[in-house]
Amino acid sequence: MVDIPYEGIRGIPPAEVPEVELYHPRSWWTRYVFSQDAKVIAIQYSLTATAIGLVALVLSWLMRLQLGFPGTFSFIDANQYLQFITMHGMIMVIYLLTALFLGGFGNYLIPLMVGARDMVFPYVNMLSYWVYLLAVLVLASTFFVPGGPTGAGWTLYPPQAILSGTPGQDWGIILMMASLILFIIGFTMGGLNYVVTVLQARTRGMTLMRLPLTVWGIFTATVMALLAFPALFVASVMLLLDRLLGTSFFMPALVEMGTLSKYGGGSPLLFQHLFWFFGHPEVYIVALPAFGIVSDLISTHARKNIFGYRMMVWAIVAIGALSFIVWAHHMYVSGMFPQFGYFFATTTLIIAIPTAIKVYNWVLTLWRGDIHLTVPMLFALGFIITFVNGGLTGLFLGNVVVDVPLSDTMFVVAHFHMVMGVAPIMVVLGAIYHWYPKVTGRMLNEALGKFHFWVTFLGAYLIFFPMHYLGLLGVPRRYFELGDATFIPSSAHSLNAFISVVALTVGFSQMVFLFNLAWSLFKGEASGGNPWRATTLEWQTPETPPGHGNWGKELPVVYRWAYDYSVPGAAEDFIPQNQPPRATQLAQGAAS
Amino acid sequence: MAVALILLLVAIGSVLFHIYSPWWWTPIATNWAYIDHTINITFWITGFVFVAVIAFMAYCVFRFHHREGRRADYNPENKRLEWWLSVGTGVGVAAMLAPGLVVWHQFVTVPADATEVEVMGQQWQWSFRLPGKDGQLGTSDVRNIASDNPMGLNRDDRHAQDDVVIENGDLHLQVGKPVKVLLRSVDVLHDFYVPEFRAKMDMVPGMVTYFWITPIRTGTFDVLCAELCGAAHYQMRAKVIVDEEGEYHAWLEQQKTFAELSPARAVVRATYQSGGK
Repeated sequence: MVDIPYEGIRGIPPAEVPEVELYHPRSWWTRYVFSQDAKVIAIQYSLTATAIGLVALVLSWLMRLQLGFPGTFSFIDANQYLQFITMHGMIMVIYLLTALFLGGFGNYLIPLMVGARDMVFPYVNMLSYWVYLLAVLVLASTFFVPGGPTGAGWTLYPPQAILSGTPGQDWGIILMMASLILFIIGFTMGGLNYVVTVLQARTRGMTLMRLPLTVWGIFTATVMALLAFPALFVASVMLLLDRLLGTSFFMPALVEMGTLSKYGGGSPLLFQHLFWFFGHPEVYIVALPAFGIVSDLISTHARKNIFGYRMMVWAIVAIGALSFIVWAHHMYVSGMFPQFGYFFATTTLIIAIPTAIKVYNWVLTLWRGDIHLTVPMLFALGFIITFVNGGLTGLFLGNVVVDVPLSDTMFVVAHFHMVMGVAPIMVVLGAIYHWYPKVTGRMLNEALGKFHFWVTFLGAYLIFFPMHYLGLLGVPRRYFELGDATFIPSSAHSLNAFISVVALTVGFSQMVFLFNLAWSLFKGEASGGNPWRATTLEWQTPETPPGHGNWGKELPVVYRWAYDYSVPGAAEDFIPQNQPPRATQLAQGAAS
Repeated sequence: MAVALILLLVAIGSVLFHIYSPWWWTPIATNWAYIDHTINITFWITGFVFVAVIAFMAYCVFRFHHREGRRADYNPENKRLEWWLSVGTGVGVAAMLAPGLVVWHQFVTVPADATEVEVMGQQWQWSFRLPGKDGQLGTSDVRNIASDNPMGLNRDDRHAQDDVVIENGDLHLQVGKPVKVLLRSVDVLHDFYVPEFRAKMDMVPGMVTYFWITPIRTGTFDVLCAELCGAAHYQMRAKVIVDEEGEYHAWLEQQKTFAELSPARAVVRATYQSGGK
């Protein structure tokens, strides 16, 4: 440990963080494949999530081809269309975004940002990835089994999810459940690691209120996920039993294909409550890491402290807590007890307040900043616009009676894509441009990055903003084709075709990004250890990319919060968290 | 400053799109104009916030983007400002929530004079049932379903015998009369969705759900299914026709009752039952 007299440093707890014996890889296999190093696991998580995410991207092209040009592509039939939307949704929400934010960014950034050598349970961390990979493989295998993947919609509502009128009823739905169960087991192993690491392995001086907001976001999301995923776990197990053993947890007496089935006594609504008890927190499991990361991107690239740090932390915690009592706003037209509407509409709209505070604080951070319009900053700005847009349409859908005409229409599709598709992906992309230099030691190409940003941001906005108005018109979602309906004018079909063309363009523009990732790995400009002149600990490592154990011989000691940018009187416009205070600053009581 | 300008144009373009969009809600056909009003209030409030936030952001990018020698302010917190912004947001939220809850109260409070109509969903068609002369719908059970009893009515229930049963036909409603639409499914989730009515509700096997409306104009309207119900979800269609009183009764006269649709079996059963007593 570094020897520093305690009384000389304000705010640093006397307890020292003991060094623990670090495991050491002995071979190429244990270094790069069965690795216990969180940084390697993070890259494994990220690459796997990206690979399955590309499958979801291709599925979105196929469904947009069908929606934009119905009847043109004979290789897409109604069953396949349902399979495409189901797998697209499931992959994007769970196997891509959840895995990437928590397994990818969480693994890479938590130990580095809190000043730890690694996650506290490295072996369990490794297992987490391999179980996740198995879950992804089981999911992908459903494309090749008889009957194909399930077409029940990503919400998997029974009874239809397990009855014969739905594609993939044979193997698809069983393997989907198996894959979800595996995913949750794998996530739980990783999630416990992230929580314990943040609580127990912070370096000396890293108090909770000095954590970068990235860590706060990922930490809170992980706690939420540990509480929410069990609901999906039991729902999956029960649905699997209904399908395989003929139990009736969710199945009332019903007719299947003209004959009375063997089921009876179960409740379809019970599944919906369990699903959304998981499903709504899931929205914030994706959003909170994005909130945290974007805060750090804005602060770093505007060279200004994040405005209202303490309020930002409490807003994250408040959103996390409130998100557990709003789930039934997904069920306003489900036929549940109508009086629930008052309660869930109220809680849902109350969440808008801490969420709005976060938005205000992001834009107020820009006020009187020194805004560098780097690629990460551009993506952060794109995030704010798409998130504000998607958040505000949430006020329509959350306000029970307004939801009645809009639910199950394209308005809902536009809303959730804007708020939990486009907005978090803006952050993911900005974060990759931001941290790629730390992971690889090289910068991504900026010109390609700017091209990528403008096509992605403007394109995504052109896809999803007009889509709301199809929903206002009344166009229902999950329709293979609209067919004859007097209320749908032909101009709506033209808009659908336009959206499809833009969607394909935005989709293909991601290839530029993938090319940039690969090309810069070898040809990118060398970045040095701290190219953005950032304050947080991950930029202060002795080596870039950080070596095994992250910190060389001695753990860093933290003296200040994560946002000392443009401190008056300081020589540079940033002061790293581990820079000891000078005597004058101590006298003024600054620097915390 | 190109970036600031583009950001501002996104906000302005969104507002212009909203104003000039040819895609807007269908002309309303029921009493639920309140819902449309609440949506309009929500559009005004959220639209204001959207433009304000993005204009502020664009201004910051324009005014404070990096130039040589520029240095940012150091300004960690401003309790007063954060407090006022929170209160202002709370007021805006309340202004949307309050009318929403008032209208929801109306939505779930069925007027006493509403007549009942039943809609039954099954993969992938709609059936309808209206009470007969006794003004009351008979009981039903999914276990009663047979080829001559597709809606599963209870033959032992005298209220069921005179119920008007419409298979593969259109539903007619009378303009100006409040109606409670009872919703039932025999297999999977469905959702009885008529865009012009604004109201919709899922149909859940094992439950009877409902909504109520008062049709305010005559016309023919498309019925769609709004809850994914399997492979032919998109083809599950019917029509609702809102009639003037005279036309409505003329139509009703022509419809067959449950007893008429399966007379032979009903007679046999009736004889059997009376003989047993």
